[in-house]
Amino acid sequence: MLHVNNLTAAIGGKQILNGLNLDVGAGEVHAIMGPNGSGKSTFAHALAGRDGYDITGEVTLDGADLLDMEPEARAAAGVFMGFQYPVEIPGVNNMYFLRTALNSVRRARGETEVGARDFLNVSKKAMDLVEMKEDFLYRSVNAGFSGGEKKRNEILQMAIMEPRLAVLDETDSGLDIDALRIVAGGVNALRSPERSMVVITHYQRLLDYIKPDFVHVLVDGRIVKSGDHTLALHLEANGYADFENDLGDASEQSFAGAQS
Amino acid sequence: MTAPMSESTRTIEELTSADYEYGFSTDLETDIAPPGLDESVVRLISSKKDEPEWLLEWRLKAYAAWREMEEPDWAKLEIAPIDYESISYWAAPKQKPVLDSMDDVDPDIREMFDKLGIPLHEQKMLSNVAVDAIVDSVSVTTTFKATLLEAGVIFCSFSEAVKDYPDLVREHLGSVVPVRDNFFAALNSAVFSDGSFCYIPKGVRCPMELSTYFRINSMNTGQFERTLIVAEDDSHVSYLEGCTAPQRDENQLHAAVVELVAKDRAEIKYSTVQNWYPGDENGVGGIYNFVTKRGRAHTDAKISWTQVETGSAITWKYPSVILQGDRSIGEFYSVALSCRRQQADTGTKMIHIGKDTTSTIISKGISAAHGQNTYRGLVKILRSAENARNYTQCDSLLLGKECGAHTIPYIEVKNPTAQVEHEASTSTVGEDQLYYCRQRGMTEEDAMSMIVNGFCREVFNELPMEFAVEAQRLLSISLEGSVG
Repeated sequence: MLHVNNLTAAIGGKQILNGLNLDVGAGEVHAIMGPNGSGKSTFAHALAGRDGYDITGEVTLDGADLLDMEPEARAAAGVFMGFQYPVEIPGVNNMYFLRTALNSVRRARGETEVGARDFLNVSKKAMDLVEMKEDFLYRSVNAGFSGGEKKRNEILQMAIMEPRLAVLDETDSGLDIDALRIVAGGVNALRSPERSMVVITHYQRLLDYIKPDFVHVLVDGRIVKSGDHTLALHLEANGYADFENDLGDASEQSFAGAQS
Repeated sequence: MTAPMSESTRTIEELTSADYEYGFSTDLETDIAPPGLDESVVRLISSKKDEPEWLLEWRLKAYAAWREMEEPDWAKLEIAPIDYESISYWAAPKQKPVLDSMDDVDPDIREMFDKLGIPLHEQKMLSNVAVDAIVDSVSVTTTFKATLLEAGVIFCSFSEAVKDYPDLVREHLGSVVPVRDNFFAALNSAVFSDGSFCYIPKGVRCPMELSTYFRINSMNTGQFERTLIVAEDDSHVSYLEGCTAPQRDENQLHAAVVELVAKDRAEIKYSTVQNWYPGDENGVGGIYNFVTKRGRAHTDAKISWTQVETGSAITWKYPSVILQGDRSIGEFYSVALSCRRQQADTGTKMIHIGKDTTSTIISKGISAAHGQNTYRGLVKILRSAENARNYTQCDSLLLGKECGAHTIPYIEVKNPTAQVEHEASTSTVGEDQLYYCRQRGMTEEDAMSMIVNGFCREVFNELPMEFAVEAQRLLSISLEGSVG
């Protein structure tokens, strides 16, 4: 479903992704782990279409070329990104924001828009999933939300947008154990054969709750190791040092190649 | 990780370079005086309007005062010198002299207002808004006059008021903004051509929203209207004001005066959506808007100003409240947008005289492209004002790198029991906010509009329903551009 081939990304002349390859099948959950600065968030933003990166390579979703699309077109194609740092929009009520978002993608897909009343029903169901109270809908988007509330709001949005591909960027960061349980519960409930997920995380902890089908280790802008969920446990015990050494060899080779 | 600077600047410039929607002009046969100002012009205006002697005297006194005064230069505005001799001080659309009904309104004028979305046929109108339509400073029609009179409410053009209710006008004219108040008020007092007059008798709650729609049409003319609203004891009125002008290459001067009198326990809510032509992106053309607006609140009275200022090349405007009576309340809610090369220096003055008086100031300044936006406000607590309170909040939003936001609050407190709070913030519409919205499927324009409208929420909440919708739309249009 998602096909990433030889993806590179640079910002301000600094190379961050160095030929990343990944295939995610329908209904699969892939975890991407890696040390700080390895390019995890850049990968998420490259999928979502953030401005400012120089990108090469190939990314398709259901055969459609994502790299050619604006962020809003990718959203309409079914890409949803759960932000590591959800953005505050003061004065814009959460429900209005969510409904505008949902109707924007529906409009782009040529579907009918959802009216205010129907939307309230849709959002109530989604709110139960992340254990939110109704007043949440009437507050400004993320403004004055606690860290946990912001992350739950991301999952709420995902539930409402019903994406084809969800990219969750460090959704576990800044969460206490209760919030983590709620967020992970929401994510698990949204797993479906129709939906693929890329879960980016720093710690194995999240994967105790969301059991991935595959785990990939990202170091220095490329995937250096892939495996099943036991790989995450290995990382938890040994850290990323082994893989960083591997990469040291690799860059040594390319250095030698450049010399000749 | 942020996007490179050039990218974000480009986007915001595109988003803030929309076309002015009301830039058309209408060919109306116009009665226009030759340019220049001297005593004979003041006499001409007065005689054209068939005014009583006392009003002519009043004008002449104002003219003499104006001659002695100098243009104020303390505002943070860069203005090409205004040549007062090149302006024509009288322009009026020629039409039938007496209007008995809406059908008598010149069809060209009716069409112009239809085009502006303000139908003057009562049956087509929003059922609960009465409109005084003013073209080039002359009132062309007032709707729902009869309905209002049944409730005892007088709502008519200023000229009619001078003829029909001379005592009311004479008693209150200049009582809040004296002729010598400032350069532009003195000029207005000398040459004002028309405007709206509104009188709410004791104990009456005005049954509908009153509204004045100002339209500048002629070239090379100054615009000088005067609005006077008197609310007697225990009365209530909500008043709306809208303004547009054609797109022209020269600057046009608009110097209006608005006076509000709220007697004991009366309440006046005055809302403005100002959308005069702002000039083009190079700063060519646009209205110079120098306006004096002030209200006097007597015991337990309340005056509330709400303004949405999106137009004009220059805005110089400080709607103020003299909190004279004990427990009187003054409010100022403002959204000021400066795009293109617009400059706005706007704010308020809250003068606390009575005991237990309260004022609230919420100002939202938005600067985009090369716009410069200044909040200038005075909170003055006199010795007599025991237990006065003020809360001021000034928020500035910057869109782009070339614009500016400035906040200049003056606070003068003569009574130690006063409580004065001032909060200020400056923020930018981040690329991260736009990106967040776009990731959720919204277009860049929709996202920008949503973010800016959110920033203005507290002020829009104060507007009457129809106006709030209009204001949001206007803000979106002013910000929208050619995102490719």
